[in-house]
Amino acid sequence: MNTGDIGYDLAALLEVILLSMQVSGIALLISALIGIPLGAVMGLTRFWGRRLLVVIVYTGMGLPPVVVGLFVYLMLSRSGPLGALNWPWLPALFTPAAMIVAQIIIATPLVAGFTMAAVMGVNPELRQQIEALGATPFQRTLTILTEARMGVIVAIVAGFGGIISEVGAVMLVGGNIDHKTRVLTTAIVLETRKGDFSLAIALGVVLLMLAFISNLFMMQLQGDLQ
Amino acid sequence: MQTPLFFLHRIVQCYAGRTVLNIDELAIARGEILAVVGPSGAGKSTLLRLLNFLESPTSGVIQFGGQPYGAAYPAPLTVRRQIATVFQRPALLTASVYDNVNYGLRLRGQSPQKKDKQNAVYQALTQVGLIDLAQQPARTLSGGEMQRAALARVLVLQPAVLLLDEPTANLDPHNVALIESIVTELNQRQGVTVVLVTHNVFQARRLAQRAALLLGGQIVEVADKETFFGDPRDPRTQAFIKGDMVY
Repeated sequence: MNTGDIGYDLAALLEVILLSMQVSGIALLISALIGIPLGAVMGLTRFWGRRLLVVIVYTGMGLPPVVVGLFVYLMLSRSGPLGALNWPWLPALFTPAAMIVAQIIIATPLVAGFTMAAVMGVNPELRQQIEALGATPFQRTLTILTEARMGVIVAIVAGFGGIISEVGAVMLVGGNIDHKTRVLTTAIVLETRKGDFSLAIALGVVLLMLAFISNLFMMQLQGDLQ
Repeated sequence: MQTPLFFLHRIVQCYAGRTVLNIDELAIARGEILAVVGPSGAGKSTLLRLLNFLESPTSGVIQFGGQPYGAAYPAPLTVRRQIATVFQRPALLTASVYDNVNYGLRLRGQSPQKKDKQNAVYQALTQVGLIDLAQQPARTLSGGEMQRAALARVLVLQPAVLLLDEPTANLDPHNVALIESIVTELNQRQGVTVVLVTHNVFQARRLAQRAALLLGGQIVEVADKETFFGDPRDPRTQAFIKGDMVY
């Protein structure tokens, strides 16, 4: 089926949208599983090397995606340090799995950094009073994360925003292969290069809508939690 | 003589190299109300944090129930959970009043059925006069109501020791009277040991059976209520009771 004016196959478009959501969704989930506990630990505890870790995370929050892409590319290429190992579970270049790895590296510092700021914003007196009520360190962390839930959602939104819109990393490690690794951002680049600006703009609108709907959902969640 | 519930021996607490507490010896008997009075910055709140085992002393030993605890061997959770503190500024969770009072029980895996209107949480809320506000968000409470909710969330835990850190400092006389009556009843009916930290000499006199003056991190004098307020031996205690400026 053809979408008419913009001349793009609907099935192909859906495939691209689905892959975009799949890659960024999985990457965001893994980033949240790593970044939220990491941010909580950095915000709530003092340990040797914490300051260095915070600086690394802050630096990671501003990582250019194309540099991440280059790094993952070099690591996973056959002659790279990881690719040379030939481990079967290691993602190969030009696959969605490699794109997910790159996006995890981009999103995790964002999620961790914003989560750290959110938990540090919780009233320190509440932290002490939670402990005085007999909370274990794990229970205390969980309670503070719940108290900082608005900020944690912002952290997830920031992580999502950082990866759904990036093109450099997925282009490098995914290769923009039709029916395999083409996502919305790489498709926009391709159509622009081909001079098909109307299609590129249409894909851009789809990407914006996806980001808008995702953020609307997050905002709704924030509202429910208020 | 009965073994004291708490026995502090050569306790020193330092922050960033500055000594804020230096207590040679202090015994707190089971079932008594001890008032610790002193000006701001005397180390009263630090003493309560140590008694609640929220922090370990820089040096020295705190015996609780005969068991020694210190920097090298901090008190386990089971000991910490026998002690509860009501702080000067209550900080409540972003949740309903009921959920706030239930929080400590939830931590212990003892959360009661909310449908049961006779459960311990509702009983504690009734005790502090907040039963009608149980489902309200805690952030909508007034200062006095927040402090009563903070008291309810420790009452529900039935602690062996209740530590009170200036619990009525910012409250109106009605709330002060209510909280004082609950504390007295807890001590008399359930034998709960109470350590009250305050700079309000009148409140200390109303509630305590024994009193201590803490000044510059050191215990100046400890005596039973009659001696402490009627015939104190240390001139600094005499001055503090009279309301003179003592540092």
